[in-house]
Amino acid sequence: MTAGMNRPIRTLSVFCLLLFVALMLNATYLQYFKSKSLNDDPRNRRVIQAAFSRQRGAILAGKTAVAHSVPSNDQFKFQRTYPKGPEYAPLTGYFSYYSQTGIEHSQNEVLSGDDSRLFVTRLVDLVNNSDPKGGNVELTVDPKVQDAAWNGFKQLGSGLQAAAVAIEPSTGRILAMASTPSFDPNVLADHDLTASTKAYDKLLKDDSQPLLNRAIQTTLPPGSTFKLVTSAAAMEDLGMTPDSKVNGNSSLKLPQTTHVLHNENNESCGGNKVTMTQALDRSCNVAFADIGLKLTDAQLRAQAEKFGFDQSQYLTDLPGQATSRFPKVLTPPLRALSAIGQYEVAATPLQMAMVSAGIANHGVVMKPYVVDRVTSADLDVLDQTKPSELSTAVSAKTAGMLTEMMTSVVDQGTGTPAKIPGVKVAGKTGTAQSTAERPPYAWFTGFAPADNPKVAVAVLVQSSNTDRSEIAGGALAGPIAKAMMEAVINP
Amino acid sequence: MSAQTWAREFVHRQRRGAELFLLILSLVVGIGGYAAVGIGVEQKVPADIVGYGGWLAVLIIGAHIVVRFVAPYADPVLLPLVAMLNGLGLAVIRRLDLAAGATQNDGFAKQQLIWMTLGVVLFAGTLIGLRDHRIMQRFTYTSGLAAVVLLLLPMLPGIGKDINGARIWIHVGPLSFQPGELAKVLLVIAFAGYLVLHRDALALAGRRVAGIDLPRGRDLGPILAMWLISLMILVRQSDLGSSLLFFGLFVIMLYVATERRGWIIVGGGLFLVGAVAAAKLISHVSARVDIWLHPFNHYQTTAGPHSDQLVESMFGMAWGGLLGRGFGNGSPYRISYANSDFIIGAIGEELGLATVLAVILCYGLIVERGLRTAIICRDDFGKLLSVGLASSFALQVFVVVGGVTRLIPLTGLTTPFLSYGGSSLVANWVIVALLLRISDQARRPLPDLSFSASDEATQVVKLP
Repeated sequence: MTAGMNRPIRTLSVFCLLLFVALMLNATYLQYFKSKSLNDDPRNRRVIQAAFSRQRGAILAGKTAVAHSVPSNDQFKFQRTYPKGPEYAPLTGYFSYYSQTGIEHSQNEVLSGDDSRLFVTRLVDLVNNSDPKGGNVELTVDPKVQDAAWNGFKQLGSGLQAAAVAIEPSTGRILAMASTPSFDPNVLADHDLTASTKAYDKLLKDDSQPLLNRAIQTTLPPGSTFKLVTSAAAMEDLGMTPDSKVNGNSSLKLPQTTHVLHNENNESCGGNKVTMTQALDRSCNVAFADIGLKLTDAQLRAQAEKFGFDQSQYLTDLPGQATSRFPKVLTPPLRALSAIGQYEVAATPLQMAMVSAGIANHGVVMKPYVVDRVTSADLDVLDQTKPSELSTAVSAKTAGMLTEMMTSVVDQGTGTPAKIPGVKVAGKTGTAQSTAERPPYAWFTGFAPADNPKVAVAVLVQSSNTDRSEIAGGALAGPIAKAMMEAVINP
Repeated sequence: MSAQTWAREFVHRQRRGAELFLLILSLVVGIGGYAAVGIGVEQKVPADIVGYGGWLAVLIIGAHIVVRFVAPYADPVLLPLVAMLNGLGLAVIRRLDLAAGATQNDGFAKQQLIWMTLGVVLFAGTLIGLRDHRIMQRFTYTSGLAAVVLLLLPMLPGIGKDINGARIWIHVGPLSFQPGELAKVLLVIAFAGYLVLHRDALALAGRRVAGIDLPRGRDLGPILAMWLISLMILVRQSDLGSSLLFFGLFVIMLYVATERRGWIIVGGGLFLVGAVAAAKLISHVSARVDIWLHPFNHYQTTAGPHSDQLVESMFGMAWGGLLGRGFGNGSPYRISYANSDFIIGAIGEELGLATVLAVILCYGLIVERGLRTAIICRDDFGKLLSVGLASSFALQVFVVVGGVTRLIPLTGLTTPFLSYGGSSLVANWVIVALLLRISDQARRPLPDLSFSASDEATQVVKLP
């Protein structure tokens, strides 16, 4: 009867239509276009929750699983377990409800099954109506080498803070990476979230920093092991050879200061003039500080950088790598100290292993890596890491001369504890001073066999219960390095 | 004979068979959803599926039978839409109950089913008792007064209670009720009744100021006073959602009644001024705006306003994606109050964007059927009443769904028929009964109407 008001009602209908269209567009934006970024938010518990309910792939070292998921009967379907616990914890990291570290973090996409390379597998799982499974990650780590490092730590007793790395020089494959004190990732992966949180808080408060992967996250003065870098620079830039004569005195007055540098125990290096080989054998500070003064600031730094110093993130498949440092600006006295690995020179054990590996590989430093292959749950290979060069640190000739000198160190110098019967071993010890109250750090780096290198290692003993007077790179770190090299050569 | 030829153009069929068919589909959603919740969460069909399904079926088929007898020409789509949404809401509430560890005989779903029963009884009662919607026009002022009283009730000491910062509840013994929900219906009736009588005066008499025709004070006065009173109460009770809803309803109905666009400009302007002032002056409101603009800055914060509810809902909806995780495979319980204001978040997570769009579409259809009823309605009061009721759904859904999906700042309102909440559910069932009553009148063939309508039109005029 009345058609009045119909016009505004039609206008109102259009207005309501607009309201509902706006709602639908916004919901589509939120659930479709924005969903990726919201799912990637680390605070999004749902993603973790789902990850806990899915069969996550295994992490393998050789044929052994060092992390895998087993069915569980509590609020989540699967329990992450780490059969080797603390030994592999620096590599595997942990997979807790609240966070992930190590390989669990860096390879999360593959392990969780979300990686695009697993798309076909996911599709098949969907069709078969089976629960989707994550892919596996195979590490480059050789369990025998890893065991050698871990058992070596055990022999040094409790209270030890140490790290060890082994690399295959020709490829950059990391054969072992151990750090102590370590932690048990099983406790953090516990489905009892209160217990897991409590354990995590305890680890965080622990003064010995068990969550730290000292092999890649601790940088300390490399001490006498850095003399390898100084020697390399001397050969490359000053044309020196193992037989070149160097300063053999027991002390050296540093220019521009009143400071006098002494050899260890204030002994002479065996004469006023000694060969560079002899100087390295005895690890004479005066000789290499003197070489450091002859080199320019830039030459020494450039050589260090070619081995990997000041390069961040060459280890791309493990998170949290610390950058090894060579100081930026140096006055001559500080340059002399830097040349013997003191002052502000700081290196990770991995970095020192790369110095040896570079020398072993005829001067070419390979990019280190720890993930060998990525496979689907059915073991189809999805990806295989190809070795790549990081840089050429020295010429093949220099590498040969350095090898010769390092072999002498193990044969008759400070490195004798690393001797392996019937095998030529090259090495260099280091005992870095820190503050007066602290015991020095003990280092060993080297490779074997010297004539056909299969493994390069670096061992750092940051602190131990050993008497201060007995701390020396060769004695503390040498046997661990030896055991690791033997595990490769005489399996 | 002439009536018949006239009717041939306009006649609406009863379409009760179509309604029954759609109702069976809605039962499939409701009962199927309940079964899917059991299978998804507990890996078994719920033990009480027959009892539950039977109850739901009796309610819905019962409602259908009532409509068939007392409102045979009523719109055939409204009831199935409402039944579907109510059934889906029950299933989702049940799913959240299970997450909270409730058993079959307690939990919110059970209570909601009881409220739904009450809602359907009132729905039937309204349809049976109210044979002609125009009778309500007699109660214009009574409704308005009742609405104001209802809105004031929660502020009375003793029965009123603060819940989550809003004082909108009354408690009498074990029962709690949100009188604002009922007040919403009464206010729409009062607005409609008043505007029908004064629309000509409002539209035509008055001065023109700055291009806008302003009505005379005595025409606008009473309704403005009623609106201001209700708004002041709401602001004092910090119930932002309802304030927004009432304001919107008032402007829309005024615009439709007077057919003057000026009201939209005046209303929109007033709204903007009010919104900006509230955001600046009222800390409660400015916190909401801040959360809306920067939800992630306020996520899991220990001090100040926190946006956990909104962010969890957004995480959930993103996690649900296009098709959802499926019942039992999401974590909708991470959203606090997921079963009331944030039920859309729970649906988005486990049933996906597809279901969210379907639900929004259902609301859109409810509004569309309501407005269609208004267009074909033959009397002004019915027109305005159905405009008001349909708009109340449109605004309420926009405010709550828009708030949950971060289209607009969040203000608390229930999602009609889906959310847990007895007052809202019962009030909305009554609204649907009123819409069906009006649409029955509107769609009924004319011959019937020409006689009774003239009769009743006379009655209307006689009323105070």
